Amino acid sequence: MTPLQRGAAVLLGPPGPEPLGLGRFGEFGGRFIPEALVPALEELEVAFRASWASTEFRDELAGLLANYAGRPTPVTECRRLSERLGVRVLLKREDLTHTGSHKINSVLGQALLARQMGKQRVIAETGAGQHGVATATAAALFGMQCMVFMGAVDVERQALNVWRMRLLGAEVVSVESGSATLKDAINDALRDWVASVESTHYCIGSVVGPHPYPWMVREFQRVVGDEARAQCRDLLGGDPDVVVACVGGGSNAIGTFAGFLDTDARLVGVEAGGLGLESGQHGASITRGVPGVLHGARSLYLQDEDGQILEAHSVSAGLDYPGVGPEHAALAATGRAEYHPATDEEAIAGFQLLAATEGIVPALEPAHAIGWLAREAGHAVPHGSEVLITLSGRGDKDAAYVAERLTGEPLS
Amino acid sequence: MRLEEHLRARRAAGRPLLVPYVTGGLGSGWLDVVRAVVDAGADAVEIGIPFSDPVMDGPTIQEASQRAIDLGATPAKVIADAAQVDVDVPLVAMTYYNPVHHAGHERFAASLADAGIDGAILPDLPLDELDPWADAADRAGVETVLLAAPTTPDDRLQAICDRSRGFVYGVALMGVTGERKRLATEALEMGRRCKAATDRPVLLGVGISTPDQAVTAAGAADGVIVGSALIARLLHGGGPDDAHAFVTELRAALDA
Ligand SMILES: Cc1ncc(COP(=O)(O)O)c(C=O)c1O
Repeated sequence: MTPLQRGAAVLLGPPGPEPLGLGRFGEFGGRFIPEALVPALEELEVAFRASWASTEFRDELAGLLANYAGRPTPVTECRRLSERLGVRVLLKREDLTHTGSHKINSVLGQALLARQMGKQRVIAETGAGQHGVATATAAALFGMQCMVFMGAVDVERQALNVWRMRLLGAEVVSVESGSATLKDAINDALRDWVASVESTHYCIGSVVGPHPYPWMVREFQRVVGDEARAQCRDLLGGDPDVVVACVGGGSNAIGTFAGFLDTDARLVGVEAGGLGLESGQHGASITRGVPGVLHGARSLYLQDEDGQILEAHSVSAGLDYPGVGPEHAALAATGRAEYHPATDEEAIAGFQLLAATEGIVPALEPAHAIGWLAREAGHAVPHGSEVLITLSGRGDKDAAYVAERLTGEPLS
Repeated sequence: MRLEEHLRARRAAGRPLLVPYVTGGLGSGWLDVVRAVVDAGADAVEIGIPFSDPVMDGPTIQEASQRAIDLGATPAKVIADAAQVDVDVPLVAMTYYNPVHHAGHERFAASLADAGIDGAILPDLPLDELDPWADAADRAGVETVLLAAPTTPDDRLQAICDRSRGFVYGVALMGVTGERKRLATEALEMGRRCKAATDRPVLLGVGISTPDQAVTAAGAADGVIVGSALIARLLHGGGPDDAHAFVTELRAALDA
């Protein structure tokens, strides 16, 4: 591996490959957006490319990641869970970052870019609220104005994060249109941006959207995979057999995969299986989606026979999205990564299992990855395998919701 | 080149151009609305093919699109309906790229052409991603109208005006569709910049809501597109007669 570059205490690996052409990953990606936004995306692309190659920018980001966000995050060996499942389980602990999920990695990078481009206002969409909280946090830190768009359904089921965002000084807009979840929050953020683009940076929360977002957010998240790879080498003396992460838009997964693409590790993305694929109520856009164009990128989307986008369903707000980042669509097409669904119930079981065996309460999103492994250990994942799972966030935000679901009564 | 030829001829006759937007499938009488606006003096009609995620549209057209979808509107049905109207001005389909991509470029272009729809506007398909669709549209004889925005730099504006067919759609403000109290400050500059770049008809649209605003905007271009202000009337219980009355008002103001 190329020598790592030292920031404060964080190791930022070398930049990864740029997508080809206008943001193409195979036949996916691109820049399908209203004309008004084109100049801003070109500006962002140029700013990111230059900054990402500059030692000064990388040092500043590494310093923030270390001294503000709490990186590097550990890899935790799960002894009791491993015993239970018959596979050796390691967790990459993004839940331990400041604000409690991997979203902070990309937000700090984007906030630095926004400041550099002279943008005083940031907007973001959020599903689970983790990206909204991270953006509101960075805005507070940088003294920027912040507005977060969140589906009305998610405002309800992630009430704690709504309150946190407001505490941090952000304005939270409850989006009532369409399915009132993440997809619609992105629509409204884009509508705001079409009007505000000259003063505002749109801090997209995942590897979705028009070029350069899928590339840029992957690069900001690759710290997860780069760290994990080095940590696995220390712990295992080599690469794990299987690398697993949950996939909403796909940012924690692509950041993790980026560290292992050139190894022999199997890469597994776990999608929202919702109530089961047959029910039609799910967010399995790779398993069940078809090529289409939404939110600026050609990728795989859940759609009806006329090309209308379908509503997704997931118990976890962060996976409740009918699409996926274009690089995942490309990795699925080449077969370098594989994608499987885990249902709402399997996620809830994973949530409980990790809490009970390891004393770690995961967010419902990565609980899908735990649930998938619990299902597949001894099957698709042979006994004795070494498995790295990215624990993309912690479960505080979901505790009240899961409690109510399990007991049938709200926490008073 | 029916759309562009037609608009050029009307412009040559000294007429400010007026293109109302009507959401396809918005109620069973939507074709009567199309006939009414033509009768009231429209020079072409933009037919919205409703899409589930219309990111260039504000609340009014979002609501109209959703209502039409709930009433069973599909791209194929709207296009088949449009084939039924016998009007003496061109029709232009306005939709988003996904339904086109989903149907397939050739198939979609052919379905428009077969229905007698002369042009297409796809606001989320910018110049850089245009070719696969526009080539198919060109071959089918469908004129692809491109949008220029106030943020578009001059060299790019030139390329957009050169590649556009039918007319050039100058976006009259920074933002999405919807009624506005005042004409945006960007509108006139947008019109002037497009006019300086091309001899093709230039229409300003987005946010143009009243006869006064239409007159001012048309002064800097060849005409205007009026959408939300008309659709709001239909959403609030109005029918073909109300559409006729409103477009008559716009026409009279423009011709005064
Ligand atoms: C903890 C956590 N994990 C995962 C996700 C899904 O996003 P992505 O697929 O981009 O990692 C979210 C999104 O809200 C999240 O909060």
